[in-house]
Amino acid sequence: MMRVSPDDATHRACAVKITGLHKSFGQLEVLKGISLEAREGDVVTLIGSSGSGKSTLLRCINLLEVPDAGTLSVGAEEIRFTPSRGGRPPRLDSHKVRGIRMRLGMVFQSFNLWNHMTVLENIIEAPLFVHGVARAEAVEFAKQLLAKVGLYEKRDVYPAFLSGGQQQRAAIARALAINPRVMLFDEPTSALDPELVGEVLKVIRDLADEGRTMILVTHEMSFARQVSSHVAFLHKGIVEEEGPPAKVFHNPQSERCRQFVSAQHALA
Amino acid sequence: MDFSWVSEFWPILLGGLWRTLLLLVLGALFGFALAIPVAVARISPNPILYYLSGTFTTVIRGTPLLVQIYILYYGVGTLLAATPEVRTSIFWPYLRDGFWYVVVSLAISVAAYEGELLRGGLLSVAKGQLEAARAFGMSSGLMFRRIWLPSALRMLLPTLVGDTVLLLKSTALASTVAVVDLVGAANQVRTHTFLVYEPLLTVALVYLIITAMITSIAGLISRRVPQKAV
Ligand SMILES: Nc1ncnc2c1ncn2[C@@H]1O[C@H](COP(=O)(O)OP(=O)(O)OP(=O)(O)O)[C@@H](O)[C@H]1O
Ligand SMILES: [Mg+2]
Repeated sequence: MMRVSPDDATHRACAVKITGLHKSFGQLEVLKGISLEAREGDVVTLIGSSGSGKSTLLRCINLLEVPDAGTLSVGAEEIRFTPSRGGRPPRLDSHKVRGIRMRLGMVFQSFNLWNHMTVLENIIEAPLFVHGVARAEAVEFAKQLLAKVGLYEKRDVYPAFLSGGQQQRAAIARALAINPRVMLFDEPTSALDPELVGEVLKVIRDLADEGRTMILVTHEMSFARQVSSHVAFLHKGIVEEEGPPAKVFHNPQSERCRQFVSAQHALA
Repeated sequence: MDFSWVSEFWPILLGGLWRTLLLLVLGALFGFALAIPVAVARISPNPILYYLSGTFTTVIRGTPLLVQIYILYYGVGTLLAATPEVRTSIFWPYLRDGFWYVVVSLAISVAAYEGELLRGGLLSVAKGQLEAARAFGMSSGLMFRRIWLPSALRMLLPTLVGDTVLLLKSTALASTVAVVDLVGAANQVRTHTFLVYEPLLTVALVYLIITAMITSIAGLISRRVPQKAV
């Protein structure tokens, strides 16, 4: 299922654009010049073997990691990273950082719901305290989102009393609550028991069908094939292969990508 | 046992109870407010703050509270009394009273003990909790106030309650610098009636009741906010 035809891609505004991104941890160069773009309505999926830098790339987009070089733009905010002396990551303008983060809804592998707050409190937290939304309005929207992810009845429950699948759905609602320009998912189902994976994938699939812009790291290959408009295969810190899912999964140019896809296929 | 004195001396006991409760509440509040910067300094990357806070904690926890109270009351208090500007200031009535020296000593002591406790609590908050806060655009201050500190306090609640009970018992030292707290009240009754056990048993019972109240209030709070099951 292809979501967008290639020729209409240029008409849609660019939501996230990365060019020449580099990131090292000490001596280890994890990202070696990544360029990637997600236009409004795109579902961009990052695949690749463990350690290839998928999480690091995603974390660079919302600046949980500070890239050493390259540029990142999210909507109208653009940051150019220039290496500072002594190999330390560049210092960033905190206003810009906040501006970028306010446009991105992050969903973590391990959910990271705030444990001392109920589900509803988790969801209204950023709208209230970061975005300055009025409480009544935030609560109203949170309830709609909870209904959407099937957790309306659990709104006053603490995260510790939810299953992993429920926690992840609540975390998705929390990310949606800030009306993000782009949703970021880092292996949203990898910490779940197999029987709970489906309920979370269904929520993400619904978001894709609504036309949400998303950047997704996943090991669920058949899911990636179904929902993505664009797939990027990362290998050793570079985008080794990219394109529409049909091309990357069925007709990859790179030998590495071919091996990776068939190995994943054999596992599934 | 002779408790006939109660009808005559209850106002003194009541005053003592009031002062004990005030010492407890003020000591806990000021102490906790101070414990936060002590803990933060202890986990800050700034070496000066780190060592200042560490030295403070070591000195306060390594010396008896009674000695600290004496140093403040007899040392600093005498110094202040020898300063004419202080004696003529509007604060002098407070500065002459042992009560405020004990409040300050208790607060400092609480700051050292709870600061160290809070430091551990803050460090044990899962990284992911803070990462989520940053990912949603929270500034460091907002993250500390809304996520980091409340998360740590939740975990520390049982210990904090235990420490509040210890603080209650420490307030009894106030009687050594002429503050008429519960123990001070019992002493007054003893000098007037020549009874030994009855006044002391009475205040012991009052301390027990306050302890039970602290514990049950904490029980109410932790039922409202359940501990994480992990
Ligand atoms: N904070 C860090 N400090 C040092 N090294 C790091 C850090 N974060 C990641 N790395 C290293 O960077 C490399 C890429 O890690 P990353 O988590 O981006 O991989 P990944 O593609 O997400 O892998 P996985 O599929 O296992 O999640 C790994 O070698 C990892 O050990
Ligand atoms: Mg990863």
